[in-house]
Amino acid sequence: MKKSKLLVAAAVLGIATFVAIAADHIDAPAVQGGTSDITDFYAFQGENTSNIAFVANVQGLLAAGNDSQNATFDENVLIEFNIDNTGDNVEDLVIQAIAQDGKMYVFGPTAPAQTGINSTIVTNAASQLEVDITPYGQSAITASSGGMMAFAGPRDDPFFMDFAQYSQIISGNATSFNNPGADTFAGTNVLSIVIEVPKSMIGGSGTINTWVESKRR
Amino acid sequence: MKINNIKYFAIVLGLLMVTYNCSNDDDNTNNDPTGPDFTGTFVQQDQMGRPAVNTVFVSSGMKDAFNLTIPSQQSGAFQAMFQNNLQALSPAYANPGDTNALGLDAAAFTGLLATDVLNVSLDGTTTFFDGTNVLTGRALADDVITVELLLIFGGEDFSENPGLSNDNVDANDKAFLTSFPYLATPW
Repeated sequence: MKKSKLLVAAAVLGIATFVAIAADHIDAPAVQGGTSDITDFYAFQGENTSNIAFVANVQGLLAAGNDSQNATFDENVLIEFNIDNTGDNVEDLVIQAIAQDGKMYVFGPTAPAQTGINSTIVTNAASQLEVDITPYGQSAITASSGGMMAFAGPRDDPFFMDFAQYSQIISGNATSFNNPGADTFAGTNVLSIVIEVPKSMIGGSGTINTWVESKRR
Repeated sequence: MKINNIKYFAIVLGLLMVTYNCSNDDDNTNNDPTGPDFTGTFVQQDQMGRPAVNTVFVSSGMKDAFNLTIPSQQSGAFQAMFQNNLQALSPAYANPGDTNALGLDAAAFTGLLATDVLNVSLDGTTTFFDGTNVLTGRALADDVITVELLLIFGGEDFSENPGLSNDNVDANDKAFLTSFPYLATPW
């Protein structure tokens, strides 16, 4: 009973989720495969434990070689890290990153001009830095300023999952994962933005709520 | 895709040649203010807090809408959908009192997930789940999919539905770096 119910549910959900992939890769029709498609978001304590590192990845499933060589950040897409440090899930601070002419420009953490769906770039933010976008095949170029660090460029997709078998289960063709599983994302790249900031710039202590957005002009 | 890339490349090459030719005619007239452009209003297209939330819990016709709903309004707009989809995926959640290993029943679990933000501790260990700390961040090596499968299928003590509770891919295909920028070099 339990199993058959599960299979029916899986079949129904299969239709719903078949085209959607994994962490946030290709998650929705309007963005999938485009330059504003966020694939993943990470936030963790840095090697310097006084810092938090934020990672936003876009444009997933890039094959090695030409695919990765030709992938570029869209100069009309703003990547915005949102930080709520008052517990209401509304951003109190943003870190904005946008590529222009081979460089990634970073503004913030700073109070946004406005919260919500629309953003303008806070070009007068007290903290800002820029970093050359690392070309494919070259060593990582990083920049630091005021305790912050920034990187932008192609990296190995850090996400791992047997998405192929998950799809088989969801579409009713399998009843369990394989052991060992196979990482569907092995050998693929993403475009990464990594920004590390002192904790003192985003609240100092306690818990923050954070999320990343892509916004297009 | 490849053909498109070639097309774009050809177009760009063409433009470059035109640009080059033009620039020969008007040297140093200081009419090329191609600095960075930070102007304009940027309108939201995609967003993400925790991994796989939109993919797993949002029904197909609503995925774009979810991406355009600000987090403070997501729970109100989407919690019921999340709960329906969770109970369809893992029917045990429909039983009264049924919880996952965090002690959350279907309503509480989906109430948490529907607000798609990543909680991050500024006071120590940052991990999605490491056996002790729960939802204090997301580190690169965290096996977030298995954690989510366990919370969806694993029941009160992670023992239920073992074939569905672990995808048996426990680590990335390349080692991460201990230092900034942490992510491995591309393939």
